[in-house]
Amino acid sequence: MASTASQTGTAMPAQWRDFFTLTKPRVMTLVIFTAVCGLLAAPGTIHPVLGFTAILAIAMGAGGSAVLNQWWEADLDAGMKRTRNRPLPGGRMRREDARDFGIFLSAASVVLMGLAVGWLAAALLLVAIIYYAVIYTMWLKPRTPQNIVIGGGAGAFPPLIAWVAVSGELTAMPILLFAIIFMWTPPHFWALALFVEADYAKVGIPMMPVVAGEKSTRRQIWWYTVLLAPVAIAPWYIGGTSWIYGMTAVTLSGLFLWLAWPVVGRLAAPEDDKMLPEKRLFKFSIAYLFALFAALVVDRLAAYQGWIA
Amino acid sequence: MTPEEEAEFKRRRTSRNYVVAGVLIFFVLLFYAITIVRIGGGS
Repeated sequence: MASTASQTGTAMPAQWRDFFTLTKPRVMTLVIFTAVCGLLAAPGTIHPVLGFTAILAIAMGAGGSAVLNQWWEADLDAGMKRTRNRPLPGGRMRREDARDFGIFLSAASVVLMGLAVGWLAAALLLVAIIYYAVIYTMWLKPRTPQNIVIGGGAGAFPPLIAWVAVSGELTAMPILLFAIIFMWTPPHFWALALFVEADYAKVGIPMMPVVAGEKSTRRQIWWYTVLLAPVAIAPWYIGGTSWIYGMTAVTLSGLFLWLAWPVVGRLAAPEDDKMLPEKRLFKFSIAYLFALFAALVVDRLAAYQGWIA
Repeated sequence: MTPEEEAEFKRRRTSRNYVVAGVLIFFVLLFYAITIVRIGGGS
């Protein structure tokens, strides 16, 4: 495949900002947030330097797999309005450079986690990177309309890995944190997909609204939201948290269902539908995740301080 | 390469080198800190 440099005739080096952009810094804020929550909520202590290193390694792993994702999908990204100005489709970087950068960043993150923190956390980080870059991006995303459900698994790893970095063992709580983000991703993303639908069809990615239709997507948003509620409340139910988290989870999940219902019960008008319920649900879903994880941290810190049982 | 392109080439190379230097210094310091913490039994 011809590199951009050879097409334009000049071998202009890519700007460092384009490498940075390639790591999807905005997605990374959510990764870092959920990872820090996992780190703080886990039982036991970790030296601040090692805690920082664990978060850094998770962020590097997320960045590395984001780079590999865009290396693989550069042709698809070029065909969609939302993504065609990314560094690769925009022609600001050679594809091989992106590939090498992604592999290096991913490998470095796993080694860093292993040496500084522990090899169980490092192994989980490696699984997460392979899951996102290979199983999701290369294999399943172009093949099944459930791709978002599978992709959600990748986003669900950070708090799990951070928790294990502290506790050193895989228990029910970190797996529940994983399950929460896993269940949360489909309604979150499909709400978005409903109002940006058009582009995916063009590049042949089988997004749910394109393949199964809008009506079915709306129904599935509902069912994943229904499944999310008990999973979100489960940490309280199994005694892993107190009522502080429990009540927050119940309230937030109720709100999620309340906002999802109007999305399920309508169909977009053929012309000029403003998609307000969908946009509202999408925005709320982000706040939901932030608030739920923040409540978990407050709950656990209060418990470790001995303020609550 | 025109003079303008050459200037841009050098500007990009220089700023990349500064970023790489910064990242390297950061990791040297980080690995030093990690070593001290782990040898000191801080974990």
